[in-house]
Amino acid sequence: MRTRKSAFSFIAALLILAIIAVGCTPKNETGNNGAANNESSNNGAAGEATDAKVFRMNIHSEPSSLDPALMEDNVSGTLATGIYEGLTRKNENGESIPATAEKWVQSEDGLTYTFTIRQDAKWSNGDPVTANDFEFSWKRALDPATGSTYAYQFYYIAGAQDYNEGKTTNADAVGIKALDAQTLEVKLVAPTPYFLSLTSFYVYNPVHQSVKDNEAWAADAVTIIGNGPFKMSEWQHNTSIKLVKSDSYYDKDQVKFAGVDFTMIEDSATELANYETNKLDYTGKPTGEIPSEQIPVLKESKKDEFVTKGIASSYYYMFNTEEVPFNNVKVRKALAMAIDRQAIVESVTMAGEVPSFGFVPPGIIGMKDDYRNEVKDDFFTEDVEEAKKLLAEGLAELKLAKFPEVTLTFNTSDGHKKIAEAIVEMWRQNLGIEVGAKNEEFSVLLKNRTAMNYQISRAGWGADYNDPMTYMDMFVTGGGQNNTGFSSPEYDALIKKAYASGDQAERIAAMTEAEKILMDQMPIMPIYYYSNTYMLKPGFKNIFLDYKGDIDYTRGYYEAK
Amino acid sequence: MIKYVFKKFVSMLLSLFVLATATFFLMKIIPGDPFMREKAIPEKIREHLFAVYGLDQPIWKQYLMYLNNLLHGDLGMSMKQQYMSVTRIIKETFIYSAQIGLFAVFVSLAVGLILGIVAALNHRKWLDSVTIIIAVLGVSIPNFLAASILQYVFGSKLQWLSVSGLNDPTDFIMPVLALSFLPAAFIARLTRSTMLEVLSADYIKTARAKGLSGRVILVRHALRNAILPVVTYIGPMTANIITGSVVVEQIFGIGGIGRYFVQSITNRDYTLIMGLTLFYGIILMAARFLTDIAYGFVDPRIKLSRGGGK
Repeated sequence: MRTRKSAFSFIAALLILAIIAVGCTPKNETGNNGAANNESSNNGAAGEATDAKVFRMNIHSEPSSLDPALMEDNVSGTLATGIYEGLTRKNENGESIPATAEKWVQSEDGLTYTFTIRQDAKWSNGDPVTANDFEFSWKRALDPATGSTYAYQFYYIAGAQDYNEGKTTNADAVGIKALDAQTLEVKLVAPTPYFLSLTSFYVYNPVHQSVKDNEAWAADAVTIIGNGPFKMSEWQHNTSIKLVKSDSYYDKDQVKFAGVDFTMIEDSATELANYETNKLDYTGKPTGEIPSEQIPVLKESKKDEFVTKGIASSYYYMFNTEEVPFNNVKVRKALAMAIDRQAIVESVTMAGEVPSFGFVPPGIIGMKDDYRNEVKDDFFTEDVEEAKKLLAEGLAELKLAKFPEVTLTFNTSDGHKKIAEAIVEMWRQNLGIEVGAKNEEFSVLLKNRTAMNYQISRAGWGADYNDPMTYMDMFVTGGGQNNTGFSSPEYDALIKKAYASGDQAERIAAMTEAEKILMDQMPIMPIYYYSNTYMLKPGFKNIFLDYKGDIDYTRGYYEAK
Repeated sequence: MIKYVFKKFVSMLLSLFVLATATFFLMKIIPGDPFMREKAIPEKIREHLFAVYGLDQPIWKQYLMYLNNLLHGDLGMSMKQQYMSVTRIIKETFIYSAQIGLFAVFVSLAVGLILGIVAALNHRKWLDSVTIIIAVLGVSIPNFLAASILQYVFGSKLQWLSVSGLNDPTDFIMPVLALSFLPAAFIARLTRSTMLEVLSADYIKTARAKGLSGRVILVRHALRNAILPVVTYIGPMTANIITGSVVVEQIFGIGGIGRYFVQSITNRDYTLIMGLTLFYGIILMAARFLTDIAYGFVDPRIKLSRGGGK
């Protein structure tokens, strides 16, 4: 039959097409192998010397902004590390080291910092970076019209809060002043020992003064002017960003990579597949993710590449202390003591987290050493028997015959769900109580939490700067982040004392005392301290995560074995 | 014909207006706003941001303001991606989704029609059974599974194709295939069943009796009638495919428009939600409009001037 014949010829044509398509692929294959075996295929655009490698990592999605004043996520932060540079930067131990400022002096009373900007600091267009640029940038971030969500990070500076809140429109009243092109004077409200740590935070990065003529300057590669080790050469929105080494950077001799390529892959399995087929040199946190079910396998099979690093972030549940039954401290304590944190980090989260019995995570500097080494987090212990006793006493005090119906809410995510289910089960087995678990979309959860419309809620907190205060001032009475209803005059007084003091020993002592009160009253139930897992291809050196898990690749290099 | 087009156009505008209104109020009902963060933004800064985006106004005023901007062709700025206009986001992401989508429409049509015709012509023979099995598999395997399998086999294991991205022409193969599975299978089944119906119809028997050649019967008589349901399906299918698939784009790391349909809502990026909804609405209506026109060509019994058929 002729019809049948023509149908078959269609199929044959299709097959031929398919063969042609497959035939095209070997080109691609050699590309893969090339990348795996030698660095030449991975050279910078300039095709320079063999060690000038391009570093490739995933940033998951578009940055919220590349305007330092408007940045607010770690994707922006990761890019900012390459494109901009603040007065200081952080070394691997979390200490502030000179960057755009070559030195600084602090006045006797601790209230005035005078920074000296280095002579050879330059913008990517060749203009010198001056103290005036910093004054302009910081005041711009504080200008209410800029709409910076992180502007409150400048509130330690005299007059900053009033200006940002519109109480005064006089920018000259803010304690930021360029005395000359090289000298920046900053006056603080109170002696703030961690102010220096803040000057490397991305909101404190400078912007070129020409940005005032172009609102949308930070949305395209061509209009972004930075002062960092790299400059942006290409930005394909939602797809990729390419940075190349900046020739105008003062420390360019220490910058070894010819460039950095960022891809925006949202799917963690795809990210891993790219890493395994040599399309990425780095996979995992802070901006990517290793699929959690793969972690136990990769930890063994890729021992040399797999890294787990504790970061300064806490995972915890908060109680609504204004409502029955969590208005009773014994009930709150009973719930906190009746779970097995070790089991959670070992069998549920599996990424090397550390069980927490305090609020301030490791990685935060205390007096001299890590705060968590100086002040052990042994504020309470897991003890099922004691928990049962406390629960019974608490319920009796509340005149309740049995544990009322309560719900634990968490923001929608597989990880949070598994943890919530494990904890609910532990409470059921150890205390014999039924707690419902419910997910809410993040915005809904936040809304409910601020409105105190919850009973137990999942929460997490990462450090803004390297000082216990970034955690401890959250729970002052009426604090913007304190959605627990917790209020303790004693606690408030201690935080106030630490705020006003310039003496580190006195501050740490006050905050230690405050943390003790917090754990004693338990408006929040600590679960674990976060850790980041990532993999880095062999040969890459000096790429590290700082104390809060931000990646620094600026001084990284490649050394073939 | 002109009267028909005009009437259709007016009803499309009306639908868009209803769509915009419903979406506007629905999205305002969901709790939360674009400036909710785990680290709460200080009240004063929030107030300022609200003022900038006009969110401090009463809701009816916001609505009127939005409609006014819309009439001037202004979809506004994204509230999440700073200084990116909604128009720009749509333009820059749609280009990827549309490219992959159009390829996928073409592939599914070609494969679907061929499979369907082959199956119908070989009714109750092994070739028929094979196509039915393929079609059932295609309909029942979700595209994210197909995408993952393709990626694992051809990307990770064999390494014939890049696991993700759209840098090479060959990079289109996997996402296009993943997107084509379901519609191709659906078209194959549709074509097969209508073909079978048509082939047993009286006028085909008449044509045979008249001594017309098999090919003429197939193309001019059978296929033309059998293709009608397929034409109906093509419109919405095309609109659906070219506006991107969240999962397929996610798995193959493609910066398409698909992800924004979910993301804009999670972020409460009001202007982007509105922009995307209207954009999708327009594409869908345009596709249906073209389908109606296409009917006129395929089936002479349908007269457009008679009032649009709906």
